[in-house]
Amino acid sequence: MGQPSRPLEDLVVVGNGMAGMRTIEELLKLGGGRRYRIHVFGAEPHVNYNRILLSSVLAGDKSLADIVINPRAWYEENGITLITGDPVSRIDRQARTITSASGRVVSYHRLLIATGSRPLAPPIPGLELPGVSAFRDIADVDKMLAAAREHRRAVVIGGGLLGLEAAWGLKQRGMSVALVHLMPNLMERQLDEAAGQLLQRDLDRRGIAFFTNGQTEEILGRERVEGVLLADGREIPADLVVLAIGIRPNIDLARQAGLEVNRGIVVMDDLRTSDPGIFAVGECVEHRGQVFGLVAPLWDQAKVCAAQLTGDERALFSTRALSTSLKITGIDVFSAGALTAADAGDDEITLRDDSRGRYKKIVLRDGKLVGAVLYGDVSDGPWYLQLMQAQSDVSGLRDRLVFGRAFAEAGTGKPPGIDIAALAEDAQICGCNGIAKSTIVAAIKAKGLTTLDEVRAHTKASASCGQCTGLVQALLAHEVGVGAEVPAAALCGCTRAGHDEIRQAIRARGLKTMAEVRAAFAWSKPDGCHKCRPALNYYLLCAWPEDYADDPQSRFVNERVHANIQKDGTYSVVPRMWGGLTNPAELRAIADVAERFHVPTVKVTGGQRLDLLGVRKEDLPAVWGDLNKAGLVSGHAYAKGLRTVKTCVGSEWCRFGTQDSTGLGVKLEKMCWGAWTPHKVKLAVSGCPRNCAEATIKDLGIVCVEAGYDIVVGGNGGMDVRVSDPLVRVAGEAAVLEYTGAFLQLYREEGRYLERTAPWIARVGIDYVKRRLVEDADGRRALHARFLHAQTFVQSDPWAARAAGSAAQAFAPLPALAEA
Amino acid sequence: MRDTLTWRNVGPLENIPVRGARRLCLQSAGRPVAIFRTAGDEVFALIDECPHRRGPLSEGIVSGTIVTCPLHDWAIELCDGQAVGPDEGAARTLPVRIIAGQIFIGLPTVGGGPA
Ligand code: SRM
Ligand SMILES: Cc1cc2nc3c(=O)[nH]c(=O)nc-3n(C[C@H](O)[C@H](O)[C@H](O)COP(=O)(O)OP(=O)(O)OC[C@H]3O[C@@H](n4cnc5c(N)ncnc54)[C@H](O)[C@@H]3O)c2cc1C
Ligand code: SF4
Ligand code: FES
Repeated sequence: MGQPSRPLEDLVVVGNGMAGMRTIEELLKLGGGRRYRIHVFGAEPHVNYNRILLSSVLAGDKSLADIVINPRAWYEENGITLITGDPVSRIDRQARTITSASGRVVSYHRLLIATGSRPLAPPIPGLELPGVSAFRDIADVDKMLAAAREHRRAVVIGGGLLGLEAAWGLKQRGMSVALVHLMPNLMERQLDEAAGQLLQRDLDRRGIAFFTNGQTEEILGRERVEGVLLADGREIPADLVVLAIGIRPNIDLARQAGLEVNRGIVVMDDLRTSDPGIFAVGECVEHRGQVFGLVAPLWDQAKVCAAQLTGDERALFSTRALSTSLKITGIDVFSAGALTAADAGDDEITLRDDSRGRYKKIVLRDGKLVGAVLYGDVSDGPWYLQLMQAQSDVSGLRDRLVFGRAFAEAGTGKPPGIDIAALAEDAQICGCNGIAKSTIVAAIKAKGLTTLDEVRAHTKASASCGQCTGLVQALLAHEVGVGAEVPAAALCGCTRAGHDEIRQAIRARGLKTMAEVRAAFAWSKPDGCHKCRPALNYYLLCAWPEDYADDPQSRFVNERVHANIQKDGTYSVVPRMWGGLTNPAELRAIADVAERFHVPTVKVTGGQRLDLLGVRKEDLPAVWGDLNKAGLVSGHAYAKGLRTVKTCVGSEWCRFGTQDSTGLGVKLEKMCWGAWTPHKVKLAVSGCPRNCAEATIKDLGIVCVEAGYDIVVGGNGGMDVRVSDPLVRVAGEAAVLEYTGAFLQLYREEGRYLERTAPWIARVGIDYVKRRLVEDADGRRALHARFLHAQTFVQSDPWAARAAGSAAQAFAPLPALAEA
Repeated sequence: MRDTLTWRNVGPLENIPVRGARRLCLQSAGRPVAIFRTAGDEVFALIDECPHRRGPLSEGIVSGTIVTCPLHDWAIELCDGQAVGPDEGAARTLPVRIIAGQIFIGLPTVGGGPA
């Protein structure tokens, strides 16, 4: 072959963002690198990054490094000149040049405008105050993170996708968050009233305060923001105000250049502006009267634009049905197309299960699906979207459609679940990253991928909003073989392996130390990290109760020093009060300790015992020594282990009590204390269905009835309240103890580290737990026996050991010796 | 005027747990000092206050040359005290020497002579 020919024409791209760079990627795929010398101007000082994931950076789930799409090396390898931090300020269409803010002049044969959009600002006073931020780019996120570090109260204005994700991120960063929304319903453009209300209820439970129907009048403050004033006179104090009321296409440059603009830069189906030498893509454009705010259509634009730039004039852009979801962990929302019936000719079908927080609505028009709103369970979302995009005739399924695919297609001979084989090769699987089925299949085959994380790493599919995770998993299962194990997310950043895979190997291959596990799975960091070390320590401890030597350095400080660290570096001490019972001697000992060690606060906890708060670390062993003398031992208030067994007074005193709930609670606590578990475990026993011990929101609860004992499991107070599932009714206390031991052991062996029983049972299903514990009596007894065996190694009071001098070094500060 | 350092012996290496830390009685300009020891027996000294909200770094989990603050999980690089990742800030570091198995840390001498 001859000399590589030098590129002939100059292509200048204005805007180093998602749509612009995607177009260049597509262009390079089509060999456009041989035709064009590419120059990219970006106003931001960064390389191209995934803007969608700014929400995850704000919430602390991702770092900035994780969201880079094209690192500098990519530009270099492809011969692209990248100029960052220097916006283009002028286009001269006569001379065919652009001029940047710093005075660079570059001439072009073809120009691509991809300037995205700008956050809208409401016309109110106070916008210029320090502490007011938008939510659009890295600089905004930096500003918010800085505020979260220094300050406490945030107000977010705007209850759409961006506003809600901002609110959740700031909440995750420890701020108290209020959200002001102009409309009565959140995300009113994507959700109908019912779904919007469920969403508000769930976020409200997670501690976000809502001010709906709230018109912001003014942002208050002198030196920096101090609050927000609403039109109805309400004033909300704030140290940070985030504006997320909407976006507006960034069209200034195009307007100045005399291109046709309306709301956005007007483009035809070939993505040319009114000047055929100038193209535009992304949120800055307006196509057939429509402007854009989600990335999925931008990927289609990028493809078409790249084809046009390389001479394929048949490539044309058209929009298709889009779906939205929210990137808030644990909140599942899906919406596509029409939210409500437009007129009497449309049909709306809804399904609502309030206690489980589930809601589904579909909208039908002329025998076709034209809209779907899902809340709580979104697994059928991709299927509905597929039906909408294909404009399939669904009249035959009408009565069953709302119940989801598995039900609608039962008996039709189609396999349940997503019909992967029937999906077109170019069907877009991951809307956020624009990844087609064929790309994923090719990567799975070429690189021998077997796990979701591998697919994410190699293709970026499902790595952004997560909406398509189910589809990607189904593809993987389809390619790798039916029944292929699709492991859950990796244990931590040091490995690709998931929790279950690692645990299985620990037992099957007899791995007995952390070093062996790390070697077996080729850990990327020799030492591991603060996430995997505690998890592995637990898994090894659980697998090898006899031989594994616990590693205190791999434990969070609380478990290492057997007390809870407080914000000022002091500790809290919570002795066990078995079943919530105490007596004068114990109370006297606690009072004496409080006085002798000047304990500033003594508090009754939510777990029916007393907390001594503000103890200095060096005093801990002496405090424990004194408490031990009165028979008080560690309450493990710090442990991923058994915390409390709450009880009510029960039949001994209460006029309604049916059984001795207090006595049973004490027995349970005596059996279970000291056990290490994947996350903390709380038990409760109520003496009758009035349930004064709140047993139905505990990991395991007993509700006594005349006929015996109802055992319920998987309840949770805390952030996501979950009411427990009934497991079984038994006749006597012995059976309660056996079921409890067996349940805890099953959870110990199969729950993932830091997964409480509620999410664990939500994952495996209560029926599975019943099969293992209720239907398999031998299995239950074996689990119970393994639990009791493991208990023999851990039931010694850690406080007593330390009061007697064990690990003394860990409590005493290091003295400084002589000078050099 | 040139800053001079006073080197203080803070005891043998064995006093610090591997992949762990101890806090010193000794302070530097009123701030507590933490001595860290990594798996490879490297030793670092930092002011024992997280740049976030002054959490005691000496109580964090040490992996490689990173310590994770026990209060809100910031990751701090021991070599230079800088926060890792999206977080910004730094804990002050102090120079360390190991002589014959004893750890010495260098404290700035106030006003020239030994304090
Ligand atoms: C002391 C106490 C509050 C009080 O003054 O009453 C408390 C204090 C803390 N709770 Fe709690 N919780 C206390 C009862 C509860 C309860 C009520 C109960 O147990 O009946 C709940 C809801 C029930 C539940 O867990 O399902 C509760 C739900 C939480 C949660 C949310 C758990 C969840 O799954 O959503 C956390 C966060 C976590 O564990 O990750 C938490 C975490 C904490 C931590 C450990 C926060 C931390 O990481 O430092 C607090 C430690 C303070 C300390 O140093 O002592 N605490 N916490 C209560 C101690 C009970 C005890 O005697 O051991
Ligand atoms: C926090 C957040 C979360 C989101 N979540 C989702 C989601 O879950 N799903 C989804 O589909 N979409 C989401 N989006 C929307 C999505 O990010 C945008 O649709 C997408 O980034 C638009 O791409 P673009 O290239 O048009 O604009 P951008 O990515 O904004 O790129 C435009 C770039 O051009 C630069 N620029 C502007 N003017 C000039 C100039 N004169 N000279 C040089 N450079 C210039 C800008 O600085 C910017 O870097 C989210 C957006 C945000 C902010
Ligand atoms: S004790 Fe529990 S509810 Fe109270 S502030 Fe601490 S974690 Fe939150
Ligand atoms: S004080 Fe260290 S992370 Fe908050």
